[in-house]
Amino acid sequence: MSTFLELIDVHKYFGDNEVLRGVSLGVEEHQVVCLIGPSGCGKSTLLRCVNALEMIQQGEIRLDGERVSGRGVDLNALRQDVGIVFQSFNLFPHMSVLDNVTLAPTKVLKLHQSDAVDRAHALLDRIGMWEKRDDYPDRLSGGQQQRVAIVRALAMQPRLMLLDEITSALDPELVAEVLTLVGELAREGMTMLIATHEMGFARDVASKVVFLYAGQIEEAGPPDQMFRDPHSERTRTFLRSIIEAKRM
Amino acid sequence: MSAVVSSSVTPPGGQRRKVSRFNSGLTRALIAEVGAVILTVFTWAGLRTFQNSLEIGAPGPQIALGIEIALGLLVLIVPAYGARAIVRSRQARHLAFERRILDARAAAEDSRDDVLWVVGLGLVAAIVANGTFFLAGHHARVRSVLFNWDLIWRFRVALFHGFVWNVKLFLVAEVLVLVWALFVAVIRQLPGRAFGPIRVIAIVYADVFRGIPTIIVIYLIVFGFPLAGVEPFASHMSPNTQLFWLGTLSLVLVYGAYVAEVYRSGLEGVHWSQSAAARSLGLSQWQTLRHVVIPQAVRRILPPLLNDFVALQKDTALVGLVGLAEILNISSILKSQTFNLSPVTGAAAFFLIVTIPFTRLVDYLIKRDKARTQAG
Repeated sequence: MSTFLELIDVHKYFGDNEVLRGVSLGVEEHQVVCLIGPSGCGKSTLLRCVNALEMIQQGEIRLDGERVSGRGVDLNALRQDVGIVFQSFNLFPHMSVLDNVTLAPTKVLKLHQSDAVDRAHALLDRIGMWEKRDDYPDRLSGGQQQRVAIVRALAMQPRLMLLDEITSALDPELVAEVLTLVGELAREGMTMLIATHEMGFARDVASKVVFLYAGQIEEAGPPDQMFRDPHSERTRTFLRSIIEAKRM
Repeated sequence: MSAVVSSSVTPPGGQRRKVSRFNSGLTRALIAEVGAVILTVFTWAGLRTFQNSLEIGAPGPQIALGIEIALGLLVLIVPAYGARAIVRSRQARHLAFERRILDARAAAEDSRDDVLWVVGLGLVAAIVANGTFFLAGHHARVRSVLFNWDLIWRFRVALFHGFVWNVKLFLVAEVLVLVWALFVAVIRQLPGRAFGPIRVIAIVYADVFRGIPTIIVIYLIVFGFPLAGVEPFASHMSPNTQLFWLGTLSLVLVYGAYVAEVYRSGLEGVHWSQSAAARSLGLSQWQTLRHVVIPQAVRRILPPLLNDFVALQKDTALVGLVGLAEILNISSILKSQTFNLSPVTGAAAFFLIVTIPFTRLVDYLIKRDKARTQAG
């Protein structure tokens, strides 16, 4: 099996601040990789670099064997293949749910409006939101908004999904509906790179768990080993603090 | 004079608890009532003077008397509230003597409410009274020189024909400003060093035209262009057409600079995460601007944008100063003919007929958009 997404010694600076200090990471096709680690460790930045919302200063990112970082990359084409869902949903507030989902398929893929609506119909049906297609995002709950945001990314039929702490801004009772959807996607074989604080979720869906600390990969391994028997002292400290906060 | 009763309540525990002193507010109510009566008499005097002025100056319309009588009766509400304040305050005092302290306080609060009504409505009455004295002043000359209804009515058609020019000016200018200012604003937003020089030009343009008085821009362009033979304004245009297009150009240049700034603040006000979300879906920079950023920016700039439009509508009168036969120019000719400024007042009324509904419409649109896209 070829490595679908490959990060090779990736460095990222914000001014003088080195946020990613040589990260190398591979994601196979149909794998779900969960990034865990304390706030500010570089999880979000890493995701944003993968679909070129941030530029990297050193190293290389490859998607399906092709270089997708640095100069000469067709960013719009890359982003069609790589969907991202943000912590703060970022739905377009001036558009209805349906328009949010059909915008990119009609404008970027140049789908006919009716084809885009068919595609959106199937996706919104799946999350039980077709009846709400004419509502505006502000009228929806956080959980509904985030599920629409996931569907909006799926409407582009991406080959890789990046999820950036997608449940962190949700009220606790709304987390499950979003995680259930992501779990389904994982079972269907969607390749995903997920930054998350939900350790139980990571243990359930991840093929591999990566502990990121101060911009470097401290430790990576299968979820069972990572959560039961972490090798690194830092990983142990981090997981202990999560357990003490009753979040695991 | 005010009833101050010290009271205390015995709680179930048996211990006496000191309670703040009770004030029925009778002094306050009495002062309010005295003021209200004086104000009423003053207003009646104003209305009477005004009625007299109608007889010595230019005759006013018959409904004037009716309005005066109605106002004279309405002003009686002020002392009525004052009287009720006194009654309620006395009730409060009795209740306090009966140790019904909560009822007493409630009555005192009612009395205080009445006093607030006296103050609020009293201010309105004072404005009406002063207005009538002002209009009736100088042997009714203020009223007859500035507000001669007969003159306004007689010249209504001439004024209307002038105002058609103003409407044409602001309609054409507003459409052009919308496009031109967006163009300037987008140029200012262009990223990268390649666009540095053109960004500087956009900034200089905005600074220059916001810094020069509109009337000077109009002078320079409307007088200067034909004198310098600038095509296509120099030839084969009727004088009014030429003035119209040069005036429009001046207004577009000035208001384009203002509105470009409004657009810019709107574009910058759309959170970058919206662009990130759009770009992450594969939309190009231009598509992101077109479908995500500009629609949201326009919604948030609607109030300041339409403020500028109201200002533009009013500034169309400046083009009259350089010769266009618009409403200020027409009314100014009529002023010289009649030695009376009432036609100018009529011109002012024409502007209000347009600007006030326009402002209301804008408020309505903003409210509707909010109701549509935002939760309860």
